[in-house]
Amino acid sequence: MSFVALWLGVGALGGVGAIARFLLDALVSTSTGARFPLGTLVVNLSGALVLGLLVGLAVNRNTYLLAGTAVIGSYTTFSTWMLESHRLAEDGLRWLLWANVALSLLLGVGAAALGRLLGAG
Amino acid sequence: MERNRSPEGSATSRLEQALRALPLDRQELAAIFAGGFIGAILRAALSQSLTTPPGQWPWATFIVNMLGAALLGYFVTRLQERLPPSLYRRALLGTGICGALTTFSTVMVELAKMLERSQPLLAGTYAAASLAGGFAMVFLATKLVRRARPTG
Repeated sequence: MSFVALWLGVGALGGVGAIARFLLDALVSTSTGARFPLGTLVVNLSGALVLGLLVGLAVNRNTYLLAGTAVIGSYTTFSTWMLESHRLAEDGLRWLLWANVALSLLLGVGAAALGRLLGAG
Repeated sequence: MERNRSPEGSATSRLEQALRALPLDRQELAAIFAGGFIGAILRAALSQSLTTPPGQWPWATFIVNMLGAALLGYFVTRLQERLPPSLYRRALLGTGICGALTTFSTVMVELAKMLERSQPLLAGTYAAASLAGGFAMVFLATKLVRRARPTG
């Protein structure tokens, strides 16, 4: 694969990952309607599982760059997790803030580890 | 006359409503795609050029996450509280660029690897620094926007 094609692929797949995140987040958020940012949590946990799976499968360098770094890296988001946590703190919703931080972190590491285990088979 | 609905029925109709309410504005999706394109290339380029051996602090991931959290805090606060509402700017800059520039999944895989390599101290420090740092970035960027006098 040529250098240009590879990096155009990274960009395009990154765009697809971002759109998938936006749609799934919208779907989850509007169907629950709660203040807790469940949409971002669902996106981030599912992405951590799949990225762990790719690491466990030990795919080659370019496959990991395209499927992992580009698609899943863009699909999951750190900045929105932090922004939503900050807004929960501002609104004095301390329990939701800590739940959002702790659940994402603990379940996220667990999902990544589980993915690796499943991939390594 | 409104028919009686079972709880299952109302759950289904809520999902249907959510599906129908999906924001399928083509221009908005195009803006998210363009932002995702840029964000993914920036993050991937840094991760390819700033590689760190296993067992060391993942600088590439840490840098994009801190930068992206600061930018998202700045953009979202400015767009919500300072500028007239614009669907496409938020989609391009926030959901697209900042969302794709930062990554949650890579942090989780890095943490899982650190724990498997019996480096709980590194994992704990990296998790705490990412959380405290990311939160501080959003906090400071938000404060910066609110301090600045509204233009015009």
